Amino acid sequence: MALLNTLLLLLAALCIPGVINRTRARLAGRKGIRFAQHLYDLRLLLRKDAVYSTTTTALFRAVPSVYLGAAFVAALFVPVGDLAPLLSFDGDLVAFAYLLALGRTALILAAMDTGSSFEGMGASREALYGMLVEPALLLTLGTLALLSGYTSFAEIFDDGLPREVQLIIVLLFAAYVLTKIVFTESGRVPVDDPRTHLELTMIHEVMCLDYCGVDLAYIKMAGWLKCGALSMLAANAAAATFGLRWWVAAPLAVVLTGVSVGVVESTQARNKLARNTTFILTIMALAALLFFTAYLLQLNIGIQ
Amino acid sequence: MMKYLTTDNTSGAVRLKDIPEAAYAAFYDDLAAKLADPRYHVAHYFALPDEGRMRFYCLLLDDQTGQLLVTSHSTEYYDDTALPSLTALHAQMHPFERDITERYGIRFDGQPWPKPLRFPAERYDRRSSMDNYPFYTMQGHSLHEVNVGPIHAGIIEPGAFRFICNGEQVLHLEIALGYQHRGVERAFETTANRLRQACLAEAVAGDSAVAHAAAFAETVERLTGFERPAQLDRERAVALELERMAMQIADTGALSTDVGYQLGQVACEALRTMTINTTQAWCGNRFGKGLVRPQGTDHPLTAEKAAMIRRNVGEIARRYGEVWRDIASSPTLLARFEQCGTVPREEMLRIGGVGQAARASGVGRDLRATHPSGSYAKCLHHEPVVEEQGDVMARLAVRCREVLQSARYVDRLVAIYEEKYAAAENPCPRPDYTSPLQASTLSFGLVEGWRGEICHVALTDAAGRIAAYRIKDPSLHNWMALALAVRGEGISDFPICNKSFNLSYCGHDL
Repeated sequence: MALLNTLLLLLAALCIPGVINRTRARLAGRKGIRFAQHLYDLRLLLRKDAVYSTTTTALFRAVPSVYLGAAFVAALFVPVGDLAPLLSFDGDLVAFAYLLALGRTALILAAMDTGSSFEGMGASREALYGMLVEPALLLTLGTLALLSGYTSFAEIFDDGLPREVQLIIVLLFAAYVLTKIVFTESGRVPVDDPRTHLELTMIHEVMCLDYCGVDLAYIKMAGWLKCGALSMLAANAAAATFGLRWWVAAPLAVVLTGVSVGVVESTQARNKLARNTTFILTIMALAALLFFTAYLLQLNIGIQ
Repeated sequence: MMKYLTTDNTSGAVRLKDIPEAAYAAFYDDLAAKLADPRYHVAHYFALPDEGRMRFYCLLLDDQTGQLLVTSHSTEYYDDTALPSLTALHAQMHPFERDITERYGIRFDGQPWPKPLRFPAERYDRRSSMDNYPFYTMQGHSLHEVNVGPIHAGIIEPGAFRFICNGEQVLHLEIALGYQHRGVERAFETTANRLRQACLAEAVAGDSAVAHAAAFAETVERLTGFERPAQLDRERAVALELERMAMQIADTGALSTDVGYQLGQVACEALRTMTINTTQAWCGNRFGKGLVRPQGTDHPLTAEKAAMIRRNVGEIARRYGEVWRDIASSPTLLARFEQCGTVPREEMLRIGGVGQAARASGVGRDLRATHPSGSYAKCLHHEPVVEEQGDVMARLAVRCREVLQSARYVDRLVAIYEEKYAAAENPCPRPDYTSPLQASTLSFGLVEGWRGEICHVALTDAAGRIAAYRIKDPSLHNWMALALAVRGEGISDFPICNKSFNLSYCGHDL
């Protein structure tokens, strides 16, 4: 069961970029690149050696592994629907949030290590937005913990969530906030634009400018894993409203993120960078609203 | 009162001996007074060695009356007394004075920022090099400098941009160009082959091939005393407007790309391809190379070509109109484009901005309206598209409205052709590369390209050869507008500000 869970999660993480590209191509009236093109690109990168700038230190070389490792371990906590994840313990949702934060910190340090002014700007942006999105993530996960009474993902989604009708809206709301967090964390429009060629406007991409070959492949994989794990959480929350089964949650994670990111990236322009702060603060406000609504509803239920 | 030789864009070339020569003091006083009035701006001001003297020619445009005022002053060739700088009073003179200093070592006294225009080193200071280039600096613990270029990360041309930032906010942008001298002006002087010169003109700035070729053709036609037949002029106007449409559509697409708006991007890319393919179907080259030649054309319109152009342009205008409506009604795009990269009208006037960038800041400079010639004077009666805000959105709006306007012009010009010549023989002559040029004459070509006013000036010697050729691309003025536009903006908005101007590097560097 745990193996199936891990397998499904990895599959979802690998499929999401393909679905995004397909959606975007379809909306633009193009045929688009093949579905698995990003995997072919990955294979290409994995075959290449890394080249390092002389201004960088060992830190720079260590970071891709740390970043990928953190994302991978974080993903192992995430269940697919009612399946049991590989790793699980009480309080693993806090570990999840801070493993993501660890990866981010590592990447920020590596970007600073290059001494490039572009990467420094990217690092400062990433630090700011990361700081702002973290409370939103913790509040949302806290809401799930509050509703279920457990602090590990495995127990929360394994029948831990109550099935009262009033809570459906709360769970859908949680799924919505988590999807918005996916947009921010995986650097998609409107916060960041992974396709842009303009270093001055980049956030995530500019921090990886000095990476190539196998290191870049690690960073890309870590990004997919992060995106996949968060999408799975969103899908779990949404699926919990109508009986949580893994064969609902797994495709939902792919479709939810893949299509919503694809549609937003086709029809909408990126935020002005200064507006990103507002955008992320809004997510945080929504998460706070979610938390307090859930708290009030829970009090009410308790009285009854 | 200073004397000027008064001419206009429909008159012929000017004999050198008819150009009045003023004392510098009188020239300085008069220009200082005239340039304070926004109706005047300098089309070109350059120096030229002339029989042991250094002669300075100045072409001044009067937008109100449509006149072109030509005057000159001179110094001894080895006279190194510094002349009082006009730039100190009118910033719009800076590229001209810097160019003169750089070429001939003439010093201008009191110039606010005497740095080279196209070279890293100053001609009269052997110690100067790129290593000690006088970049602007600021002191402060919270400030940092970001240097972008000169090697462009993408596929366009080289130029160095040096930002001084406070966090994300740009305090100052310095643009250092001059990384691709091709010696274009000199190449005009060293060949007498006029076909080669016409091809050179097309290569001055690759995105304005038609406009520069038209400016060259007008310059040469003035020198040979050739009267353009109305039909030849109309075909040239159609080519110019097609080029304008193609470039403005391409830039709409580029702006959409830079803000990550995919639908606008793919729609505009398709429409731009359709436009340049129309040009290709007409003359065999997508950018209109080979289409404009002095005194004639190799690619006269035929009835089928005219119908094809009319059909395509109608379709492009219809579809582009939809894109423009989408852009203007999309809140996320408006949030990016509005109040971003604003250049107020006074600033634009101060730096002598021209073309569509100036029109977006409320400065209605457009040679097609103020100094019309040919079709623009006779049948189009052009009204410049002017927006007041001066931000990225205003520049985009000017582009969009100009595309629709140009489409109407093309339709009208082709309609006239179909009325008059569809059945009969086309009256356009073949190009003439051999007719002799008038000796000791100054000739000019003034064309409103898609980017703005293009001015070519040719001077012939006593034997009727081109002794000097001077080119002014609108980018020469407008690069400064970009530097002003990004002041106070976030550095991440630089790319869209830059795209909204889309200036030419090679047109500046020559």
